[in-house]
Amino acid sequence: MKISIIWIDYVVILIYFIGVLCIGWYLKKYTKTGDDFFLAGRRNSAWVAGLAFLAANMGAVELMGMAASSYEYGILTAHFYWIGAIPAMIFLGVFMMPFYYSSKIHSVPGYLKLRFDEKNRTLNAASFAIMTLLVSGINLYAMALVLHTIIGWNMHASMLISAVTVAVYVYLGGLTSAIFNEIVQFFLIWFGLLLLSVFGIIEIGGWSQIFERIPESYKHLWSTTLNPTDNPMIINWAGIVLGLGFVLSFGYWTTDFLVVQRAFSSRDLRAAQATPIVASFFKMAIPFIVCVTGLVALPLLPKLGPGTEHSYNEVLPLLIKRYYPPGLMGLGVTALLAGFMSGQAGNISAFNTVWTYDLYRAHIIKGAPDKHYVLMGRIATLGGVVISIGTAYWTMGFPSIMDYMQAIFSWVNAPLFATILLGMFWKRCTPNGAFWGLLIGMVSSFTMFILVKYNIISVSAIAFSENASLMAANFWRAWWAWLITFVFTIVISLFTKPKDYSELNGLVYGLTKITQTKEIKYYQKPLFWAVISLIIFLILNIIYW
Amino acid sequence: MENLNGKTQDKMLDIWFFVGIILIAYGVILSLIGIYYIFNPYTDVILGNLNPNLWWGGIMIVSGIILQLISYHSRKK
Repeated sequence: MKISIIWIDYVVILIYFIGVLCIGWYLKKYTKTGDDFFLAGRRNSAWVAGLAFLAANMGAVELMGMAASSYEYGILTAHFYWIGAIPAMIFLGVFMMPFYYSSKIHSVPGYLKLRFDEKNRTLNAASFAIMTLLVSGINLYAMALVLHTIIGWNMHASMLISAVTVAVYVYLGGLTSAIFNEIVQFFLIWFGLLLLSVFGIIEIGGWSQIFERIPESYKHLWSTTLNPTDNPMIINWAGIVLGLGFVLSFGYWTTDFLVVQRAFSSRDLRAAQATPIVASFFKMAIPFIVCVTGLVALPLLPKLGPGTEHSYNEVLPLLIKRYYPPGLMGLGVTALLAGFMSGQAGNISAFNTVWTYDLYRAHIIKGAPDKHYVLMGRIATLGGVVISIGTAYWTMGFPSIMDYMQAIFSWVNAPLFATILLGMFWKRCTPNGAFWGLLIGMVSSFTMFILVKYNIISVSAIAFSENASLMAANFWRAWWAWLITFVFTIVISLFTKPKDYSELNGLVYGLTKITQTKEIKYYQKPLFWAVISLIIFLILNIIYW
Repeated sequence: MENLNGKTQDKMLDIWFFVGIILIAYGVILSLIGIYYIFNPYTDVILGNLNPNLWWGGIMIVSGIILQLISYHSRKK
């Protein structure tokens, strides 16, 4: 399937490239100190940080993959946006952000250093840096593959041009530049892809008609999950709640520095707390693009998937081709491009911070002037992009690596969530307990993956079903990795020496007095909006039960 | 605005300014194509008769102007 684009579409695409480079160039003169480069000067409002928080995660690979997943699994895909995100985002804003933000750290590994010790920081920083570059390269390869498949562009040129553009604008403006471009991308995705849902609904004859024309098991979030065989994802409710809703979701949204860094860029604690809460409202709305397009494609498009002419991933491109005339076609392609590029910029800006502060400054050159670290951040940006290109070519040789992306999160983020949860809310948790618990959790998650992958143990040993899908296996593996880390951290902590409690002020619940500096009205409090967000979340789950 | 060195510098344009400019630019291009299609209808796509370039371009221009106003208001503050 090829989309043909004409000169006016290229003009639309070109404007995007010129726009993002101009933003980077403009921001250069405001990017002088380490805080400017790595934390966007800590001057962002909750709106700016909130949209960037969401957009950093809203890449094109994800949008295309989730539209495909909606086609394949129906409305169950909305779990990724609702139970798989909202409770965790609210928890981060209300309970965790006071400890993260008030300690004035630059990164999540930086929190581990303050709360525990250097070895904990190094373990997390090293695993995060590797994961970020791997994911960044996988994204780059996926982008080139998509552009080659749907528009016929040369894969090498696509990778090089977008990687160089990302390198230039993050090099110039640091995190501010990455955040600005994430917000541009956020608007372009809505303006570029929303019409696909609207046109799908118009063509099919109205909202109710969609549900008339799809299979019964595709219409429900929960009522088909009592028995795994009743739903197309072959998973039960416990797997969704424990694996996705608890471990993977909390692990990603509360500890992955790629997203949390956006909240750190807020101008004060209230804005930092409001960041994930603002994002939660928009997160709940994304299924209107991804799920609706997947669902309308079911009756409108010819059959997709294995054994047919098109893969599931072609849902969005096929709808773009179906509805968009020249002009809008350029905008649709630009929306996908922007999604790819800002996803990569997010990874690179998180990588340069962790590399500079948590590895380079901690182990290679300590105590240098601020300017030195800004320069290192810029060099790390270029280095990160070069390594990502290398990872992308490596992925090209092993295309199945793309399937492992969710698995990578279950190796790194799921155990880390147990460590940070215990560190933040249990003062008796010790540096040795945290370190060995985290290491054992990461190794066991990876081991489970390998054992199942090479059929040494059956998938039913971890996922309770011989027919468990790849997705279900990921959910369950994440749960076990979290549980192993949680238990080992507690047991080892009980036998090792805790830090002096006087050192933990501002880092641990129960040892920190959180003060509100000025009286504010109820509707200005993050907690008020958190409750509203949770109510909408519950209503959506009940409507599509 | 004061930076960390205590030196004053001019106030940075906010993100709404840039997003507003981009939306207006795209809105103008889509609207012009839409006007062209009023006289030369494009029917190679489904629902092409609705001329989406025209009204979607208009919505983008209005959204871009609203963002410009938000940006102007925050600069004045």
